[in-house]
Amino acid sequence: MEITPDHLVLWRWGFLQLNATVIFTWAVMLLLVLAAWLATRKIAVEGPRSAWATALEAIVAGIRNQVREISGGLQGDACLPFVGTLFLFILVSNELDMVPGWHAPTGSLSTTAALAICVAVAVPFFGIRKAGLKGYLHHYLSPTAFMAPFHIVSEISRTLALAVRLFGNIMSGSMVVAILLALAPLFFPVLMQVLGLLIGLIQAYIFAVLAMVYIAAAIRRQEDLPQEQKQ
Amino acid sequence: MDSSTWIGITSIAASAICMGIGAVGPALGEARALGQALSSIAQQPDEAGSISRTLFIGLAMIESIAIYCFVISIILIFANPFWNHTIEKIVGNGGV
Repeated sequence: MEITPDHLVLWRWGFLQLNATVIFTWAVMLLLVLAAWLATRKIAVEGPRSAWATALEAIVAGIRNQVREISGGLQGDACLPFVGTLFLFILVSNELDMVPGWHAPTGSLSTTAALAICVAVAVPFFGIRKAGLKGYLHHYLSPTAFMAPFHIVSEISRTLALAVRLFGNIMSGSMVVAILLALAPLFFPVLMQVLGLLIGLIQAYIFAVLAMVYIAAAIRRQEDLPQEQKQ
Repeated sequence: MDSSTWIGITSIAASAICMGIGAVGPALGEARALGQALSSIAQQPDEAGSISRTLFIGLAMIESIAIYCFVISIILIFANPFWNHTIEKIVGNGGV
């Protein structure tokens, strides 16, 4: 039994080989870009708009509201594209698990590690953009310089947790269905797949919310900094 | 019993113990967190949105411990590095 779609090589040419993870990642990307392009093709401020554009607007507005609530204000709009893309990518790749023959790219540790590393890079990026390099690095030394190793270890461990959590949940969902197919193939796999839909949605939400919480913490620290120095 | 049998026995036993004990702690923690959140929502229904969002984040944090145990159990059963090493050695020596 395979626990990751990485070993499933679909196309090979010399040294190049494309495994299922890469192919299905491209499929999700293509789907998202095509849907967004088709929905916003004839968009205009005035006049009637299509149902697709309205649906997309509702999705973006919903994500923006969540991001604003977590970041506590309008400053979250800067990371809306990043967090929203993470959410939509993970959501689509999880929910398409219902399509027969689909291997969710999030069920591979390579994809989830890449996404988690994106978050680990985005946290200092937004933090530095808010307060400069010096202001961002200052939080590693607070409250004392002895805490610096612990800050670094916590950033590494939360990146690892982000990757393994998503991978473990999605991989376990498809694996439980596979085991149930061997034991009780009639009805129970369907129930587990319905549960898998819910877990896929929750995990996409959790991944995006955790990314936003980490970024918001990095941004908010910079705002607290001058007050601490004043006192 | 030769070494490959012992590797099989210990891998399966270790994965069972890992999953079994690893599920107890997160289950207790999640139950406690959920109970607290429900009583908080019952007291302050207006804050249900922010409470349930924080609850989801907290549950994800707690659950990741159980997920670590699960991933290690799965690796021990389906992608065991020690087992693969033994099999490679047996195949390399030309059969059992």
